[in-house]
Parts: sequence; C-alpha cells; structure tokens
Amino acid sequence: MVQDTLRLEGVRFGYRERLILDDVSLRVRPGRIVALVGGSGSGKTTLLRLIGGMIQPERGAVVFEGKPLASLDRDGLYAVRRRIGMLYQFGALFTDLSVFDNVAFPLREHTHLDETAIRDLVLLKLNAVGLRGVSHYRTAQLSGGMARRVALARAIALDPPLIMYDEPFAGLDPISLSTVAQLIRRLSETLGCASIVVSHDIKDTFAIADDVYLLARGRIAAEGTPAAMRVSTDPNVRQFLDGDIDGPVAFHHATRRTLAEDLEVSQ
Amino acid sequence: MSAGGLRGLRGLTDLIARVGYGARFFLRLCGLALVGLRRPRLIVDQIHFIGNHSLSIILVSGLLIGFVLGLQGYYTLRRYGSEEALGLLVTLSLVRELGPVVTALLFAGRAGTSLTAEVGLMKAGEQIDAMEMMAVDPVARVLAPRFAAALLCMPLLAALFSALGVLGGYVVGVEMIGVDAGAFWSQMQGGVDWLLDVGNGVLKSVVFGFTVAFVALYVGYHAEATPEGVSRATTSTVVVASLAVLGLDFILTALMFSSN
Repeated sequence: MVQDTLRLEGVRFGYRERLILDDVSLRVRPGRIVALVGGSGSGKTTLLRLIGGMIQPERGAVVFEGKPLASLDRDGLYAVRRRIGMLYQFGALFTDLSVFDNVAFPLREHTHLDETAIRDLVLLKLNAVGLRGVSHYRTAQLSGGMARRVALARAIALDPPLIMYDEPFAGLDPISLSTVAQLIRRLSETLGCASIVVSHDIKDTFAIADDVYLLARGRIAAEGTPAAMRVSTDPNVRQFLDGDIDGPVAFHHATRRTLAEDLEVSQ
Repeated sequence: MSAGGLRGLRGLTDLIARVGYGARFFLRLCGLALVGLRRPRLIVDQIHFIGNHSLSIILVSGLLIGFVLGLQGYYTLRRYGSEEALGLLVTLSLVRELGPVVTALLFAGRAGTSLTAEVGLMKAGEQIDAMEMMAVDPVARVLAPRFAAALLCMPLLAALFSALGVLGGYVVGVEMIGVDAGAFWSQMQGGVDWLLDVGNGVLKSVVFGFTVAFVALYVGYHAEATPEGVSRATTSTVVVASLAVLGLDFILTALMFSSN
C-alpha cells in the first residue's frame, strides 16, 4: 500500500481565545491533487502553515511521510521542509535577486552542485513553466502571472514530493489563470508529487483536483471528488458552490447586541 | 493583589521577557555573522550596498564639519593666542567624538533605515516566510551578512569621516585663514595619542556599528508585515538607534576619558 505523503489527524489550532481550526483530518497521497476550498477566513492558509511546521497545533498531529512533525527538532523540521515546495499567493520572489537566482536559490542553499549543473537545472525548471526566456529579468519586470510561474519553478527546484499552492489563481487574468492551473496538473502528473491547492476559485480548482475538502468555520464541512461535491446536498457545500449570501456561513457577523440596542431605539 | 498591581507586574515580566529575547537575538546574530564569514560573497555584496552607498554622505559631511571646526576652533583659540593648536583641536574633536558619533547618526539615517525597510518589506512580501519554508534560516541568510557588513563598514566610514574632517579643518585654518601649516600638523602629531585618542575612537565606532546594525535589523525583522508597519519600523530605527548612540557615547566617554 502506498504511504500517504501527508496526513492530518484531528488538528486543532487557535490564536488565544479565537479558534481557527478544529478537528481537521485529511490525507494526501502521491500523485493526487487535493483542493482545500472555503471562504475567506476559513483557516485554509493557517492549515498550510501548520503543514509546513511554521506553527504548531494545540491538539492532533501533522504527519509527513510517516513522521509526525511534533517529534522533530529544528534540523528534522528543516529536512521535511526541503521536501515541500510552496507557492505563495503573490509568488514571494526575492526582490533583490534575478529570476535565475530566485530559482537557483534552493539549489545553492541545499545542494553542493557546481554552477554549471545549477545553470542547467534552473533553465530546465524555467522551461517547465515556459519562462526560460526571462531568466535574466529582475523580478520587478515580471507580470503577476509570470511571477507566479517563476515562483512555481522555484518551488519545484528540489523536486519535492509535496507542493502546496496558496491561492495560486488570485488576481490573475483568464489566460494566466488557465496557464497556472494546467501547470499544476502537468507538474503533478510528470513529477508524481502530491499537491495541495488552497483556493476559493471553484471552477478552476475543481477542474484540476482529484479530491476536495471544504473548510467552513474551521472544520472540514465536506469532502469528496469534485463530481460528488457538485451534486452534494450538504448545506455548507451548496452555499459555497452557489454563492448564497446567507446559510451556514451567516451574512451577519455574530454580535451580542441587537441592532435596536446598538441604535438605542426603544422597541 | 489589585488589578493595577497585576497590570504593573505583567508589564514588568513582559519587559524582562522582551529584553531577554532581544539579548538572545543579539547573541544569535553575532554568532551567525561569524559563521557567515564562510560565505564572504554575501557580505561583500552588503558592504557594497551599505558601505559604498553611504560613502558620499559621510565624506561630504566630514568635510563640512571639518570646515566648521576649523573656523570655530580658530576664533576660540585666537583669544588665547594658541592658533597653532588648531590641528590638535580639530583632530581630537573628530577622532574622539564627532567622527564616531556623527558617522553613526548618519549611518543610522542612511544605511539603518534602508536595512529596516528592506527586511520589513521582505517580511511584508512573504519573502521571509518563503525562506523559512525553503528550510533556509532567514536570520542566517538575510540578517547575519548585513550585520557583519555593517560592523565592518562603520569603523571604516568613521575613519574616512575623521580624515575628511581634518582635511576640511586644514583647508579653512591653513589655506584660507593662514595658520602655519607646520604648526597645524606638528601639534596634531605631538598631541594625539594613538591608543587613548584614536584607539578609543575606533572602539566607539565599533560599538556604534553593533548598536545601529542590531537596532535596524531587529526592528525590521519584527516589523508588522504591512506598509504602515514598515513605515513605523523605519522611523523607530532612526529614533532608537540615534538615542542609543548618544546615550552610549556618554557612557563610553565617561569610561574612556574620566581618568585624564
């Protein structure tokens, strides 16, 4: 049986009294694209930070390739992170480095390859995202979509078994969006890596995902294949897919006082 | 215990925790800067960015302050008929005080703010997070080379500031006013003690280098990751570093020169 690349078991996390995630369990297998969807503030990005060991869960476990992150020291955690690629929402490219040096960064930091080998690898990675021709550009010269693709080339530089994508489609024009989506699918197939795509873009995420988890109010509200989610009658799923203004996620933020009390109007 | 007392106690423990954290951060930065010497290329890049780009403001300021010292010194010394001691007065003022202090203040304004803004913007742009996620320690990779470069640059910049200041004093005192050139240089040679005056001045500039670089990097690294946060952090660097330099200058001067 193939080992899960990543497993979350009953994870709970909060900031002081504010609970962000509660009893979240999921599994990601090699070669699969898992979509984590949910509204803004539902805890999706927090989940990615937990998986990367940037923050620790209050309860439950994050298990990467059979190793619980909580059992690892700093070196162990860094060894795990070297096996995880991460694409940030706006790329998070290093602005003082060129496109080439950005992609070369993880190779220079974590390998002892000579500059010729690094050059070849960087050009191959840039070629995989269709941007070999901009290797000499400064990052300020890139459009939003190009920056995202360069960041993707950097994320796959060390051929990680898990790649995480944080809102990869946010703010992109339709062509760039489709390009990034197809790249995620293609990389998953050619590298055989597991992928987690955090997004609230239903159409494009469902088009490339194998499994979908819907996060609502810090919990996994529903899970299944994209096809199963589309026909689900679960009120959380329906509200999210149909974009209903009111439902399990209320239009009005919770408040202790009524509107009449706030306006000091006698009833 | 009353609510006010509890708040005061909590404030005190928070302060102690913050000072402790700052001290640990400082020691870690010093250790990583030493380790970082194994990758000199990173430090050389920062020396260019921090030191080279600060050169013009330091050199011009040094020359102008030398001009002023030459004028003020001459008018004061003339009252006592000691104009020939102008070289000594200008040099001692520069190597003991003005060189290290003014260079540190200018360095905080020029290089310190740029360090804070750069690191703060890297944080706001998720670059620091991305580095952590790539299993690269941002304190070692981003902060330590900048820290080492700033430590190397500060004494050199202070020396250049003082040298240009002496030159400024010479131009005004000797070339423009007419003080005897031989007296200017010989009084300076005879009256300046290498260890006590120059050595202590260099030591001051090293201490100020540690201070300004640490404040700039610490504040930038802990800036709120928003445009407002980076803006506030940049201002904080100038205020905190300048006050720290002036406060430390008083303490160091008292320790170094009190027995003379």
